[in-house]
Formats: sequence, structure tokens, C-alpha cells
Amino acid sequence: MNIEQQDFYTQAILSMAALIGLASFLMLGQGRLLRLIFVFALQGLLLTLTAALSAYSLNNHHLYISAGLTLVLKVMFIPWMLRRQVLAMHMNRDVEALENKTLVMLGGASLMVFSYYVLHPIVQSSSTIMVNALAVSLSIVLLGMLLMISHRQAVAHVVGFMSIENGLFFAAIVATNGMPMVVELGIAFDVLVAAVLFGIFFFHIRTSIDSLDVDRLNRLNEVDQ
Amino acid sequence: MTWLLAIFQTLLFVALAPLLAGWLKWCKCHLQNRQAPSLLQPYRDLLKLTRKQPVVAEHASWIFTRAPYIIFSAIVLAASIVPLIAVDLPTAAIADVIVLVGFFAFARFFLALAGLDIGTAFGGMGSSREMTISSIAEPAMLMAIFTLTMTASTTNLSFAIVHVLNEGLVLRPSFVFALFALMLVAIAETGRIPVDNPDTHLELTMIHEAMILEYSGRHLALIEWASQVKLMLYGVLIANIFFPWGIAQSFSVQALAYGLLAIIGKLALLAILLSISETLLAKMRLFRVQEYLSFAYLLGLLGMLSHIILEASR
Repeated sequence: MNIEQQDFYTQAILSMAALIGLASFLMLGQGRLLRLIFVFALQGLLLTLTAALSAYSLNNHHLYISAGLTLVLKVMFIPWMLRRQVLAMHMNRDVEALENKTLVMLGGASLMVFSYYVLHPIVQSSSTIMVNALAVSLSIVLLGMLLMISHRQAVAHVVGFMSIENGLFFAAIVATNGMPMVVELGIAFDVLVAAVLFGIFFFHIRTSIDSLDVDRLNRLNEVDQ
Repeated sequence: MTWLLAIFQTLLFVALAPLLAGWLKWCKCHLQNRQAPSLLQPYRDLLKLTRKQPVVAEHASWIFTRAPYIIFSAIVLAASIVPLIAVDLPTAAIADVIVLVGFFAFARFFLALAGLDIGTAFGGMGSSREMTISSIAEPAMLMAIFTLTMTASTTNLSFAIVHVLNEGLVLRPSFVFALFALMLVAIAETGRIPVDNPDTHLELTMIHEAMILEYSGRHLALIEWASQVKLMLYGVLIANIFFPWGIAQSFSVQALAYGLLAIIGKLALLAILLSISETLLAKMRLFRVQEYLSFAYLLGLLGMLSHIILEASR
């Protein structure tokens, strides 16, 4: 089945998958924290649109609730909170230099190829093109991990963690028409609690090592050298 | 008859390019609250330059004086490949997109050679910068184009456009990426604002201008004209590949007129977009250009990947 034989809904979902993947790549290459948070909010918005789209076309009303939760949590509340913390700690002017940006980006691209390779057997045995979107969501998860590895700021790690959750959420919408509502609510509140806890951790890391650069945690020692 | 039409289309291409440059300048001036020159000003400039006697440096070799003609003819040949108002013209059947990229590379090679030939500091600097940029821009452009050719399973532009036309409206993730990649490459290759400023003569930043500083008279006119045609070429590529609706598929007068109107409308819109982005953005540092272009390459790569992953499932 090629894309021109699919209905408009499938095409739209696949385009959304591509755009969400692009947002992950944009996050990976971002040096400034505020812009990183902005792109994260953008990814959340795309997820909201995807959820609303599949709710509309599959006539699955509880997906509207998921879309609403995503909108409130991932587009508004968490970005707002992270932004406030970044501003409070005066890190909005810091430029985080990646070691080798082009290499990291190409690494991201090869992760995408890898996730397609891994999911290829599933793609072949399944009848629907939807499973292809699983490859994208797996690569979003892997890209989120790469983001956490390659960036040094704790805030970027949190954004990476949240984008991993975005990838999982996308997989849930596309492949299984949404998780059961209980699971959905549970994960949403987990994410919320995690965000709050991260906020507290920020201040603790900040007070103990005077920076949010986690590379400096390596230098912590019990004894003074 | 079709050959006549093909020649007419190429001539139209060459004749309309200064108008596009004038329109672009007009939009930009109005966005920046300046008084705009007339739309015909680029024609007047070219005419004035052709009337003047070219001054050639004493140490210039034959490359310096021949280069403008070579560049201009390479770009005009490139223009003859690209369908402007009609598809299925005989010139389009001769060469494909890879040849098109080759023509661009050929013109650029001679431009850089001419910049080096005269032996001034600026010329060499401009040439080296141009080559640095093009060495990354070219793979990015090819990547974007390959995404298209894989979808249409042909490297011939005119067949690819017909393929896109026949399919009707299909939301393709890969085309979104290819479109963005091609736009970024077009901005870099034609020397527009985030990469290079075409209106400046500031030594530190110029790329294209630095190479042609020593040119004057009709030589300069040819090079300027060639770069205007190149800008229009990229515009037509973007407009006709991704939004081919309106292009003439038969050779009746009505269809051709409609095709002409459509492409003029699309180019005018593209120019407005370009002038808005040029007004909003500041020129970036030269050392950030490779970051910008590697992003364009990444977009092309993602387009290819999403074509393979999302669209062509077996």
C-alpha cells in the first residue's frame, strides 16, 4: 500500500508523525534552553492535534480527553514551569555548546534508521500502514535518550525525558487507538509529579554545585582533594 | 513547433528574471519603509552596464574575460531544462535534475575560478567561501531532489511534475521536508540574506560580491543577469515541483497562457515570502553557515527516510 492509496486521515497522521520526529531533531540541535522548551511545547501541540485527529476520525471520544490533558500538561503547564525555573536561575542567556552538533544530528538520523530496521519485521507482518508510525515513535524515544546523553544541562535532560514520554504517547494513539483512560490519567499525573519533582531537584543541584551542568557532578567527592 | 515553444520558454525565463529581482526589491523596500525603485530598474541597470566599456585588469588571463559568457550560457542551459509554463517539452526530455545540478556546479566553478584569476585578496576569499558553502549545499540539494525522484521514480523533472499532478492532493511527509531543505539550499545558493547579503559591499561578509568585484561593463551585466536567472530557477523549481497546479499539460494557447499566469502568481508569492524572511532575519556569521546547511542536509535526509519509512511500505 502506497501513500496515495491511503485515506486522508492516514496521510495526515503520517505527516504528523514526520513533524513530531522533526521536532525531536530540532530539540536535539538546540543550544538555548528557552528555545528547547519552546520546541518541546510545539511537539506537545502536534501530539494534541494528532490525538484530536484520531479521536475525530475513529469516533473515539475518550481520546479528546487525552488530547485535552496533553494540551494542558505538555503544551502549557510543564513548558511554563520549566521556563519559569530557567528564568529564575538566569540560565536563559547560557548557550550550551554541544560537543559536535553535526555528529549528534547524524547520530539521530542513524537512530531513526535503526528503529525502522528493528520494526521492519512487524511492519511486514501487519496489514496497516499505521505500524510504520511506530518506527517514528520508537525513534522519538531514542532521540529523547540521545538528547539526554548529549546535553549537559539538567533542564535539557528533563525535556528529553518528557519527549520520550511524547514518543510513547504517540505510539499509543496511533497503534492502539489510545490507552485505557485509567492508564492515560495515571501517566499524565506521573508526568506532572515528575515535572514538579524535577523542579525541586533543580534547586537542590543548583545549591549544591552552583550550576545545573551535570558534568560537574563527576567532580563531587567525599574528601577534599 | 515544440522546439520553438521550448526556445520561447527559455527566452521567457531569461527575460523575466530581472523582473523577479525588481519585484523582490520592491517588496523588500516597502516592508522596510523605504521608497522602492521601479520594477524595471534591474533592466535599466543591465542596459547601462552593457553600454559601458569593460575594464579588465592587466594580469587577467583568458578565463577572466570568458567566464561571464560561460556562466551565463550554463545558467541559460539550466533554465532550458526546467519546465516553466509547460511540461513535456523536448528540452526537458534531454536532461534530468542531476544534469541541472551539474550545470549549477559548472557555472559556480568558473565563477570561483574567475574570482581567483585576478589575484586580488577579495576575489580569492570570495571564491574559497563560495566553494565552502557549495560543498555542503550541493549534497543537501541532491538529497532533497532524490526524495522527489524516488517518489516519482524518475529523475526527469517534467515526468516528475506530471506524476505529482496526476496524483492530486496527497499529504506527503517527505515533500514537507524536501520543500524546507530546498528552500534553505536555495537561500544559500543564491546568496540571499541569512547566508549572504546581495546588496552589500562589506568586505567581511560578502561571498558572491567578493568574487565579482573586479568585473565591470557587459561582463558584470552578464554575471548579474545569470545570478538573477539562477534565483528565478530556484523559485521555479520550488513552485513547480511542490505546487505544480496550473502548469500547462497541453500546448494549446489557452493552457499556455494559464500556465504563464500561474507561474507568475506563484513566483510573486514566493518573492513576497522571501522578502519577509529577509526583512525579519539578520545575516548570520560565516562560521554558522555550515550549521545552517547541515540542517538543510538533515532535512533532506529526513525527507528521504520518511519517504522510505512512511510512504513506500511494501
